[in-house]
Amino acid sequence: MAVKSNLTNMVTVLGLTCLLCSAILGGAYVLTKEPIDKAAAEKTNQAISQVLPHFTEVEYNEEGRYYTAKDADALVGYAIESTTVGFGGALSLIVGVTPDGVVYNTSVLSHSETPGLGAKCTTDQKFMSQWKGFNPAVKKLSVTKDGGDVDAITASTITSRAYALAVENALNTFNKIQGGQDNE
Amino acid sequence: MSKFKLITDGLVKNNPTFVLLLGMCPTLATTTSAINGLSMGLATLFVLVLSNMAISAIAPVVPDKVHIPVYIVVIATFVTLLQLLMQAYTPAMYETLGLFIPLIVVNCIVLGRAEAFANKHGVLESACDGLGVGLGFTCSLTVLGLVREILGSGSVFGYNFIGGNDGMLAFVMAPGAFLCLGYLMVLFNKYLKKN
Amino acid sequence: MEYFLIIISAIFVNNIVLAQFLGICPFLGVSNKLSTASGMSMAVCFVITLATLVTYLINKYLLIPFGITFLQTIAFILVIAALVQMVEIVLKKVSPSLYQALGIFLPLITTNCAVLGVAINVVTKEFAFVPGGMLNLGQALVYAFATSLGYGLAMVIFAGIREHLALNDVPKAFKGVPIAIISVGILALAFMGFSGMVK
Repeated sequence: MAVKSNLTNMVTVLGLTCLLCSAILGGAYVLTKEPIDKAAAEKTNQAISQVLPHFTEVEYNEEGRYYTAKDADALVGYAIESTTVGFGGALSLIVGVTPDGVVYNTSVLSHSETPGLGAKCTTDQKFMSQWKGFNPAVKKLSVTKDGGDVDAITASTITSRAYALAVENALNTFNKIQGGQDNE
Repeated sequence: MSKFKLITDGLVKNNPTFVLLLGMCPTLATTTSAINGLSMGLATLFVLVLSNMAISAIAPVVPDKVHIPVYIVVIATFVTLLQLLMQAYTPAMYETLGLFIPLIVVNCIVLGRAEAFANKHGVLESACDGLGVGLGFTCSLTVLGLVREILGSGSVFGYNFIGGNDGMLAFVMAPGAFLCLGYLMVLFNKYLKKN
Repeated sequence: MEYFLIIISAIFVNNIVLAQFLGICPFLGVSNKLSTASGMSMAVCFVITLATLVTYLINKYLLIPFGITFLQTIAFILVIAALVQMVEIVLKKVSPSLYQALGIFLPLITTNCAVLGVAINVVTKEFAFVPGGMLNLGQALVYAFATSLGYGLAMVIFAGIREHLALNDVPKAFKGVPIAIISVGILALAFMGFSGMVK
């Protein structure tokens, strides 16, 4: 260490380091901002296209946490975000609902369920496919153990219940959206 | 030759995980599968090489009393750089590794190498040292990830070989991480440490 | 009710060492003796709570308003490093006896990833049982404090186990750290019994 530890030296070196580092990071932030935004937008778009039929434009409603998807002015449906508590923590879904009130499809945004048990809600074909075209007017939205029509994942009733509840919440949001529009 | 030795030293003799016992947190937390372990190792390698180089370059002009804060700022800068790059180009992996990417800042390996090696050696040697230790860390993480993935989900790098997805789940979860690491250390002690 | 859930979840269900893998280095490093383990836990408890308070406020009133949340990592670690240094100086002056008890652990805490981990978790993670998902200042402090209690709990239990392990005859290759890590694994298995408790 050739440089002495006096106050001027310490302040200068520390100050210069901080300045240089923040300059580098500021530059990097500006450069990566576009790809980051693009990646985030792509992710949202992909999530929505998984749960709704073909659409050309989406609009996000911050307050209700839902996306309105349109295909050349015709309403395709709503992609509604919904979070409940599963076995291991928050379980976030995106639920696609078509204007007639039928669930088009669902997809898990994030979860912290037990790997191999509750986490099967993202891989179990039998469990996932029953949400395609789920009509709440015909079927009862709770797991078979509770007298409903949803087949739970084996050994993961709590996760399945949370999943059903999330879908129910999303449908409630949908009814609110519909109700709001009727009043207008 | 000596630079080559610097790299190989990091792999076995100074292996950060099995010998020096540094950086245990990401080792245990991110090795749920081989690919996750590999990614975490490479992320650490990236920070380690760059921060080693930068620190060895600036070390002569840093006053002794403020060297730790200066090093931390340098390391944190590279970690943030890594965060931005990962968010932009590998968003899925960034989400999987989550908290443990920013936590590279407090990974004892990085600051440890800066203190023990980079501030006394040249830029090129420091880069080699960072590369060696980083590779050692990456190998350990990949091996641990591989073992846990084989036992826990019956697959290798995501390729399933037992059919169905019923592995021994405990190995993917927290206790399995400790158990696997413990037994791997035993094997390492028995067969590799003597050389 | 939320506070109760936060406390139970932070201490038992998502125990910081056994389920989240944070702060393992000092966990393995100073758990040889019960007395040092409890000293370290107290120091960690103190620093985590204080650091969470400061970083929460910095995040809310500096980083977010100026749109520079990408500097979060660098800002937080500097704050923690400075804070630890300051605590050390203040303790030395104000309460020499407490400084004697905690002093040697304080420098170690800067690189304890539990501190930075909790600070980042508090401002980024969504908590399902809190309305709105994000913690407010009071909840954040309770969470930080409870998490560090969980740290202390795991630390003290483990130090107790380790004191007994030292007296046992274990195979040569298992001696020291490997057998310790394997025992943590078994302890973690026990703590897994708590999962799913918080709905």
